[in-house]
Amino acid sequence: MTKLIFEKSEQGRRGCLLPEAGVPEIDPDSAIDSSLLNEEEICLPETSELEIMRHYVELSNKNHCIEKGFYPLGSCTMKYNPKVNESICQLPRFKDLHPYLPVTFVQGTLELMYELQNFFAEITGMDKVSLQPAAGSHGEFTGMLIVKAYFKNKGEERTKVIVPDSAHGTNPASAKMCGYEILEVKSNDKGQVDIEKLEELVDDKVAAIMLTNPNTLGIFEENIQKIAEIMHKAGALLYYDGANLNAIMGIVKPGDMGFDIVHINTHKTFSTPHGGGGPGSGPVAVKDYLSDFLPVPTIDFDGESFFLKYDTPLTIGKVRSFYGNVGVLLRAYTYVLAMGKNGLKQVSMDAVLNANYLKEKLKTKFFLPYEGLCMHEFVLSGKIQKEQGVNTLGIAKRMMDFGIHPPTIYFPLIVPEAMMIEPTETESNEILDNFIEIMEQIAKEIEENPEEVLKSPHNTPVKKIDEVLAAKKPNVAYKKQ
Amino acid sequence: MIYHNYLPNTDESRQKMLDIIGVSSQEDLFKNIPVELQKNTSLVLPESHCELEIQNRILELAQKNIWPGGYVSFLGAGCYNRYIPSVIDNILSRVEFLTAYTPYQPEISQGTLQAIYEFQTMICNLTGMDVSNASMYDGATATAEAILMSCRITKKNKTIVSRALNPETQDVIKTYLSGPDIDIITAPINEDSITDINNLFELTANKDIASIVIQVPNFLGNIEEVRKIEQIAHNAGALFVVIIDPISVGMIKPPGAYGADIVTGDGQSLGNNMMYGGPAFGFMACRQKHMRNMPGRIVGSSLDSDGNTAYTLTLQTREQHIRRDKATSNICTNHSLCALAGSIYLSIIGPKGLKEIANICFQRAHFLASKISEIEGFKIPHDNFFNEFIMILPDNLSVDVFNKEMLDRKIIPGINLNSYYHELPGAILISVTEKNKPVDLYLFLSALRELVEEYVLN
Repeated sequence: MTKLIFEKSEQGRRGCLLPEAGVPEIDPDSAIDSSLLNEEEICLPETSELEIMRHYVELSNKNHCIEKGFYPLGSCTMKYNPKVNESICQLPRFKDLHPYLPVTFVQGTLELMYELQNFFAEITGMDKVSLQPAAGSHGEFTGMLIVKAYFKNKGEERTKVIVPDSAHGTNPASAKMCGYEILEVKSNDKGQVDIEKLEELVDDKVAAIMLTNPNTLGIFEENIQKIAEIMHKAGALLYYDGANLNAIMGIVKPGDMGFDIVHINTHKTFSTPHGGGGPGSGPVAVKDYLSDFLPVPTIDFDGESFFLKYDTPLTIGKVRSFYGNVGVLLRAYTYVLAMGKNGLKQVSMDAVLNANYLKEKLKTKFFLPYEGLCMHEFVLSGKIQKEQGVNTLGIAKRMMDFGIHPPTIYFPLIVPEAMMIEPTETESNEILDNFIEIMEQIAKEIEENPEEVLKSPHNTPVKKIDEVLAAKKPNVAYKKQ
Repeated sequence: MIYHNYLPNTDESRQKMLDIIGVSSQEDLFKNIPVELQKNTSLVLPESHCELEIQNRILELAQKNIWPGGYVSFLGAGCYNRYIPSVIDNILSRVEFLTAYTPYQPEISQGTLQAIYEFQTMICNLTGMDVSNASMYDGATATAEAILMSCRITKKNKTIVSRALNPETQDVIKTYLSGPDIDIITAPINEDSITDINNLFELTANKDIASIVIQVPNFLGNIEEVRKIEQIAHNAGALFVVIIDPISVGMIKPPGAYGADIVTGDGQSLGNNMMYGGPAFGFMACRQKHMRNMPGRIVGSSLDSDGNTAYTLTLQTREQHIRRDKATSNICTNHSLCALAGSIYLSIIGPKGLKEIANICFQRAHFLASKISEIEGFKIPHDNFFNEFIMILPDNLSVDVFNKEMLDRKIIPGINLNSYYHELPGAILISVTEKNKPVDLYLFLSALRELVEEYVLN
């Protein structure tokens, strides 16, 4: 157990020293209402520099990360995060730039962002890109605001958005934030959107459908052209959740499938680190007829220099301060350069190859709800093991003992005891074989001695955590005794 | 086939896997995708670059940006050039923090989880609130989410925002609130460049206001009449939402001390690089009674099966992955690593350091302002500020000419306020931080004196 940094504090210790103001000083109450002046000290840790280093190094040792071991977390694309991406962000000519510098001072950053807009447009088959959104769900929100602005401009009142029952939770939540009512369309027995049910739902009040393709089961929606036809015929738009873009780069473009709006998760497909929960980046790409609604500013080029384009009368406005998570975009740009056009295609081909290989090997011990080729990920069900006494949560906890991060579990919601497995292209065949062996061993352990498996994990920094207690009696901040 | 340092598969291993799968080529893996969709999909993108080539290209781009060390800058307005202790980058570059995902599996994410719990504690202490979430994208989106939260709590759908909020924040609020169609009323500012109390009082007359939102210090640098605004808000049954500059708490009381219900702000000042505007992080804290209406991740302390303290994501029934369209927000990935920078920063500077930094900024800013006011033609209209203030240019010196003259002297002055506030012609917002050394202030002053010679006296 690591003590809190507050518990390591001792009055008077310093983590850093600061210079004198170096100018003649005045009494703060000569400027600021004295009743607002903070006489007390804020409760913050008082520790030496070494103690702080030790504290965070100790904490870091309690985390799993990509460099420690396999991380097949479905829908999260936990691929290797290249280190050259990190080093370029340390250049003062990038990191020390204030967002209100004259644009003539930041032509390099703007050129990079402009090129990146074009890269993303090319990969997704769209026309115009905004790099502003800070994360995937922020991109969804931006995209759905564009949908709303588009219909408002057309003078059409549309109030509903369709999402499949297999969709990420962010999809309905994002549409709801834009004031839409959510209609859920069921999946058919192939794990794909049920076309008949979709047709029943579509009318002139439906603004859009939000889809992931391949979907969250890792299955390509084969009827995507039909879906696009149904939606467009009804005057509605198609929104592409780019969470699974890693499966299709250089293979098929969302724009060609009929999508009107796409968001990209750079922290999935484009190798930017996830940072324990961000920062990511969720650029949004649209077809030409929606480009007037993109958030401002976009990065533009007048033939001589790059500039921030604000002059977009129909824009939805700004979705965050400044221009985007530039530090994250730098890394994504570097990644596209590193892979190049052929490399990106190979990324998708290897991601799909690795996933299909794992699926073929694992389906002998675990139930595979949807047969057939998968894309970059697939979903198993732990229902056989549940009958033997260990549910999917138990399987996940046991995996940790082998130094493996469990897959995404209990999602998508339409598969009972779901395990969503995404190996990514950056894992070698040896790693995959090792994972298969471990999964086979766990399956065997469950057959032979399920009670023992349920005691897992054993080799982790803490044992199984009481999450019910955490929610029942919330303790969300340390209070000094 | 392609060999690449990020792709470990070889032709041999690829063939082995294809054999097991039972297809003859990698292309066959995509046969479920209609063939007509797979035409013309070759990408028009650069060829693959090796690391050396990447570095060359990136340096070429970097050379097209200025060398920031070659200028003295007084730009602030929501993004600040501040001291970043070396410890921060050192810790952030640890892959265990850098490449981990959101801590869904607590047993192997205790590092991130405990760090967030400590972060939440520090934010509570900085704001004087009871509960903080794990971070938001930035201060602007945190504030927009706070307004949505105030509408959920009060079941009203109007909000009053001060015109002295950062204009970027005002823009973002406008965008966010266009989604659920919440009305925004903008409260005007008075001649002291603070929110006009009389007007604010009138705006709350019909009591259907969910929240009043102010910024302290406000965008123009000045300290608002917070206690009067608190009374107006609560008398109207509205929540009092306050946006703070976290550094200012080293001198000015946290909003918890003057009745705020929700506090938000931008954490860039806390150990994050400016990076042309992002990423940094937003924070949001509130009173205990509003906890279940908070958006975003929250980490709680619990026990493991051995009875030891352990941390986990909690109160997840507020969140999109459980509640879908009934969630308090769609936010999923937030800005965890930037928030970690914030925690490390606050651990390093500690309570005394925070006071000292606030004092350095305050003293240097007031010194600069008082010296500017002695220069003929330049005016400093207010002194009720922390570390940013308005400077009015002489009548016959336009903002454009002023900027050019200053840039020629390797000084980047503050932003032109007139582009946001039509009633403030010739107004520049000057920001002073601990990075502006006394010698920089003298440089600024001597530049102004040169301009007096040229533009005022002639």
